[in-house]
Order: sequence, then structure tokens, then C-alpha cells
Amino acid sequence: MGQLEIEKLNETTFVLQMGPHHPATHGVLKLYCEFEGERVLRIIPDVGYLHRGVEKLAESKTYPVAMTITDRLDYISSMTNNIGYCIAIERLMGIEPTRRAKFIRTMVAELTRLSSHLLWLATHALDIGAMTVFLYAFREREQILTFFEKICGARLTVSYPRIGGVRVDVEQAVLDEIYGFTDTMLKKIDDYEELLTENRIWIARTKGIGIISAEEALSLGLTGPVLRGSGVYYDIRKLEPYDAYGEVNFEVPLGENGDTYDRYLCRIQEMRQSVFIIKQCIEKMPEGQVISEQSPQIDMPFQGKREILADGSLWNGFVSFTDKKNEIMPKGEFYSAIEAPKGELGFYIVSDGSGRPYRMRVRAPSFIHISAIPKLCEGHLLADVITIIGTLDIVMGEADR
Amino acid sequence: MPLYTENKDLIEVEDGTKIIKGSNVIITNLDKIVNWGRSNSLWPLTFGLACCAIEMMAAGASYLDLDRFGILFRASPRQADVIIIAGTVTYKMAPVVKRVYDQMPEPRYVVAMGSCACTGGIFNTYSTVQGADQFLPVDVYIPGCPPRPEALMYGLIKLKEKIMKEQEKWGSWK
Repeated sequence: MGQLEIEKLNETTFVLQMGPHHPATHGVLKLYCEFEGERVLRIIPDVGYLHRGVEKLAESKTYPVAMTITDRLDYISSMTNNIGYCIAIERLMGIEPTRRAKFIRTMVAELTRLSSHLLWLATHALDIGAMTVFLYAFREREQILTFFEKICGARLTVSYPRIGGVRVDVEQAVLDEIYGFTDTMLKKIDDYEELLTENRIWIARTKGIGIISAEEALSLGLTGPVLRGSGVYYDIRKLEPYDAYGEVNFEVPLGENGDTYDRYLCRIQEMRQSVFIIKQCIEKMPEGQVISEQSPQIDMPFQGKREILADGSLWNGFVSFTDKKNEIMPKGEFYSAIEAPKGELGFYIVSDGSGRPYRMRVRAPSFIHISAIPKLCEGHLLADVITIIGTLDIVMGEADR
Repeated sequence: MPLYTENKDLIEVEDGTKIIKGSNVIITNLDKIVNWGRSNSLWPLTFGLACCAIEMMAAGASYLDLDRFGILFRASPRQADVIIIAGTVTYKMAPVVKRVYDQMPEPRYVVAMGSCACTGGIFNTYSTVQGADQFLPVDVYIPGCPPRPEALMYGLIKLKEKIMKEQEKWGSWK
């Protein structure tokens, strides 16, 4: 397949191809690195090794069915992907999810943020050389995945939220269990900090590495903890609250220097805030339905308007989504974004009125963060390239789509 | 003069495996001893492609702990015995996977983990290889999207059973 050709800047430099099967590139990212001695002169990322045609595939699915594909975008935090997609379609169709569904969604989204940050901490620390943190973080992550299993039956690719609510209700016993977990989780986060925050090796490997100023971060389009590590107050949960984020109290941790160490502190503080949000959600959880009455079924007509034929078949429902001319959706273009664990996750939907999206474009934070790697790596050592890939928290499934 | 004279000194513990009574000597054939050693130290390559790699990591981490089966992840293909195709293989990635496989020393085994590696799964698109078996000799298929870590364990145990049944696969590789 088409290999990128790199011309050397001068004779003394050394070109190294890193990836796409390097264990520290978090998937299948390839980097063409040019070194002067051990210093990085320039880096050219090569993406597309996991291009699965997700956006094209979504055009052949109905709106509710296309949600299963969004699970596989950012597979570490599939719940927030689902929620982002559902919110985009809800705003397009003008459906309001029920109040209980909003709180359940907020709770599972924050659980996902915890599990995503735990996986980031595990792999980031493992890449730098701290093996124990990996084992510690996976211990807690396994608990969170068990909660997902109890809530919806799946561990990783959940497909739990639905357009207009969530699929099934959460039992009170599971809520109590999660509430108990939040108390222990705060102590566990202290444990991670004890291992790393004042560790001399950790500080030497992360402080002053991959510095990016607020202006540069904004001009590159970075979002999420990477931007907040540079001290920019940008969090969609606060600026444009969706679900129940308007009704819970939390703080947005900010960094100062914009280096790897600050981004690490930011994410650790975010994990604490996530725990507080989960607690508040469980305390304030209202009673009621979990799915709105207007929400569409898998075979697309709205629940309220569905007609069953005299012989009991769902024929008219079947027709409405196979027939492309049938106008069952509002026409138009729509963009909506949420705060995924890695940054701003946006869905841009073009609707032509039929039961399937005419175009679904995903604004994935990982893809945009990869574009910052050449800037961040300038003048650093080879070993720091690994640190910088880790601190950006990229997932190739989302970047290549 | 033979090593042992009477049959009562030999205890048959398994089909084809005998122990000399009162000593630390086992009599068996070479196939069995080679397969026994091979199947109890399967070293997979740390090679993740997509979603299934996360479950592969979970299987190797603290809660489920693959180490107790003698399965340690190695980062270099030159030290690995088995490659786990964990995730979707695209047409751009397939030559890389093939090259990594070619770098592994023989005997080598392939485990296709997940629907994508088995058949292409839900990604029936222009850029996805419809199953890793289109370019690699797959030994074990593990279905699921993604399979649970326990399913990966079961698949690796099945691979062990397969290795135990091999015959005359020692010396120069045939």
C-alpha cells in the first residue's frame, strides 16, 4: 500500500519509522521520525491503518441502528459516543429524553470517563515504565465494566442509550453498589497519586515535556484535558450543558504550564470530579420512565404513530424505513457536540428526510490531537515521543474511523 | 542389561507416559515432551488493532491474569509464539500484519479474536479485510464483538489442546 516517502533534511540525520505495530502507539499509528542525534527534528504522522469506513457504513443504516457503529469509534468510552450520537439525533428530531433517563445517562457517562481515564493512566504509566499503576488501574476498571454489565449486559461496546432515553432501567441495587464504589474510588485515586505525583522519576519524565501554550492549543483545535492542561476554560459540560449536567455541581480543573505533568494532574482531578457527579446523580435520581414516547423504534416509525395491520404484522413500519422517499425525519443539517473523555466529540448529520442519514460526519478529538504531535515533539528526545503520544490519549478507532 | 527388569517397577500415569517407581525418571516419547513444553509457555505478541485489544489487555491485567497459564505478552515478534489478531484488519494494515507474522520464529500460531478478525463482522465496507484467514493460517477463531476476556482464555486453552495433539513437529520445521 502507498508508502510515504520522506526526504532527508540533510545527510547527518536519521529517519526512523515508528509503528504501526509499536506497543506504545496506542493502536495503529505510524510516525515517521527524523532525528539529529537523539533529538527530534520533525515528525510526520501517518494515519488510516484502522480506516473502517464507519461514516459510509452509517449511511446504509437507519438512525437507531447506526448507533451500534458509534460504539466502535472510541471503543474505550463507547457510552459517551452513544450519548453524543443520540443527543444529535434528538435535537434533530425535537425529542426530549425523560428526566430519569437524563440522570442515568449522566451517571454512565461519568463512569465511562472514569474508565477511560483509568485506561489512559494505566497505559501512559506503563509506557513511561511504571508497571504497578497498570495493574492498579485495571483492577478498578474491571469493577466499572462489571457495573456496565449489570446495567445493560455488555462490557465494552454497550449500545445502552437510545434516541429519547436509555434502553432499560437501572435497578436500585445496582445504584447502591455504584454509590458504595464511589467512596472507595476516591481512596484509590489517592493511591495512584501517591505512586506518581511526587515520584522523582515521574516528574523527570513528564515535567516540561510537550509544552503547548494556550494560543497554540486553541489554534490547533485541541479540546478536552489537553486544552485544559494549558489553562483554557473550555468544557462543553459547563458551557452548553446537556443531559443533567446543568443540575449537578462540579468544577473544571485547569493546568498552568501546559506540559505533560499538568495534563496528568488535570485528568486525575477530573476523575475526582467524575466521582462527585456520579454521587450527585444517584442522590438526585428521579423516578419515572426511562424512554420518551416519541422515540423511534429500530424499524424507524415513531412509537406513538405506529399502526399494526389487521393481521398483526408490522408491514407499514417495515416500509417506512426501506422506502427512501418516505419522509419521516425533518430535513436539514445539524451539528451537536458533547464532552467525551478525550475532548469535544461532535456529530454532524445531514438529513434528507428518509430514515437513514444522508451523511454522518464525526468530529473526533483523537484525530485532531494527532495533528499536534509534530508541534509537541519538537526538540525532544526519542523517549519523550512515547510520553507525548500517551499524554494526548489518542484512540485510533476514532481517529481513522 | 536393560535398565529395568521387572514390569512392576513401571507405573503408567497416562497413555504413553510411564514413571519408574521410586525414582524421578519419566519415560515418554519426544512428541509428548515437546508439545508439553510448547503448550505451557505460549507467548503472544503485544499487538492490538482495535477494540478487542482492550479486552486482550484486560485479560492480561490484574483481575483475570493470563500469566497463570504461562502466557506472557512479548513486545517483539521474534520472541513470540502466537499472534492474536485483536481487531479489524484493513487493507492498509494487512501487509503490516503479514510482515509481523513473517518475522515470528516457527512454530507459530494465529488466534483470530473477535468478529472482525473472524469474518469482517459488521464492517462490510470497501476498506476492511473480510477475515484474517484471507491472508493468515488461523488456528483458533473466537467470536464476539468484542469477546469477553474469558472467551479469549478459552480460545487459548483450545489452542493448547491443539498443540498437544501435534505429531513430529520438532527438529527442522516441516
